[in-house]
Amino acid sequence: MALSAEVTADPALRLPSDAGLTEEGMQPGLAGRVLLLACGALAHEILALKKANGWSHLDLQCLPAKLHLYPDQIVTAVEAAVLERRADYDQIFVVYADCGTGGLLLKKCKELGVEMVEGPHCYSFFEGNAVFAEKAEEEFTAFYLTDFLVRQFDAFVWKPMGLDRHPELRDMFFGNYTKLVYQAQINDPALDAKAEACAARLGLAYERRFTGYGDLATTLTRVAE
Amino acid sequence: MADEEDIILSELSDDELVLQMHDDLYDGLKEEIEEGVSILLERGWTPYDVLTKALVAGMTIVGADFRDGILFVPEVLLAANAMKAGMAILKPLLAETGAPRMGKMVIGTVKGDIHDIGKNLVAMMMEGAGFEVKDLGINNSVEKYLEALEAEQPDILGMSALLTTTMPYMKVVIDTMKEKGMREEYIVLVGGAPLNEEFGKAIGADAYCRDAAVAVETAKSFVARKHNQIGA
Repeated sequence: MALSAEVTADPALRLPSDAGLTEEGMQPGLAGRVLLLACGALAHEILALKKANGWSHLDLQCLPAKLHLYPDQIVTAVEAAVLERRADYDQIFVVYADCGTGGLLLKKCKELGVEMVEGPHCYSFFEGNAVFAEKAEEEFTAFYLTDFLVRQFDAFVWKPMGLDRHPELRDMFFGNYTKLVYQAQINDPALDAKAEACAARLGLAYERRFTGYGDLATTLTRVAE
Repeated sequence: MADEEDIILSELSDDELVLQMHDDLYDGLKEEIEEGVSILLERGWTPYDVLTKALVAGMTIVGADFRDGILFVPEVLLAANAMKAGMAILKPLLAETGAPRMGKMVIGTVKGDIHDIGKNLVAMMMEGAGFEVKDLGINNSVEKYLEALEAEQPDILGMSALLTTTMPYMKVVIDTMKEKGMREEYIVLVGGAPLNEEFGKAIGADAYCRDAAVAVETAKSFVARKHNQIGA
């Protein structure tokens, strides 16, 4: 797997650009007892939690966020990374939810003897799995974006769906949605404005909802302890 | 194709025109497909032959290249739009000329799921293969499915879901059909990105269909088996 930055224990120095996290991921620092094997879309949030809590024993490796475009590849990539890294750490924790794998990632993690984040996807665990499930009945026509997805909207949504080349397809993809919900992990007016612009491009109503790190924080706290 | 603009469809022989229509379908060229369909009809082709030899055969190539990772969803949608335009011309004519009927399907996405691109492709390809399709649209409750089964008396029930959170609802529908003693009357096919064969078996569906082409082939084979059983 191509990784974009050189090995260094300081995650801030290793953190690639958002485009790098989407395309290539991030290599581990090979420091610490526990490896968090995460989706590139979660790198900023995990590093923020790590810094805030002083979790120096947790190392971070990210797989390319773009794997979400082909969820079956998540399972293969996670397996390969666990097998490659397991000798280097006491424990590996997979920071993915089901993410469209239809239960196959959980099955693979059980086979490999590693744990993963509970829930269907990051929209759910950022909001809190229980709260998200409660809202599902009335909010199933919402299209969600997180901080990372707002920043990477073109790379993750607009271009892969061919809307840069064929904007006429927009309503075939989004015609059944009614609103875009921006789940904000941090308060950033620039991201808020961009998210609102994304909603307009998709022809959807806009709602901003501050979630913070939700169940990601509680899950990683448990892992860190 | 460099000289694409120079091609005049009406000057091509039948065989050349059909191949050109396969190319045009691949490229999602709606107007060219409409023109090609009209030319073949003017030349005395039956609507059924135009449908199967020009449109369905072309869309089968698109489906195979999608499966093999050569084409992606946007290209498939453009091709589907082009095919839909051709089918719009053929549909009333097919009804008049009595094309072979393979069977009937009721299809819809499950409750809580609004993602209908895959479902629409399956519905279109099933129609192209000679099935009558009653499309229930999106977000269907078990009651809506059962109502449609009673009213339409199809051979097949098709259910689709894109979300891990909504796909278990397929089991709710199948279990309710079992409770009501009507499960065995229908062939149940399921599909959607997060599904797999194991899931299909676990919930009691007859088959999981990976894509629209597989759905058509699976439907044909189950319907043929069903008819053979009835005939035996």
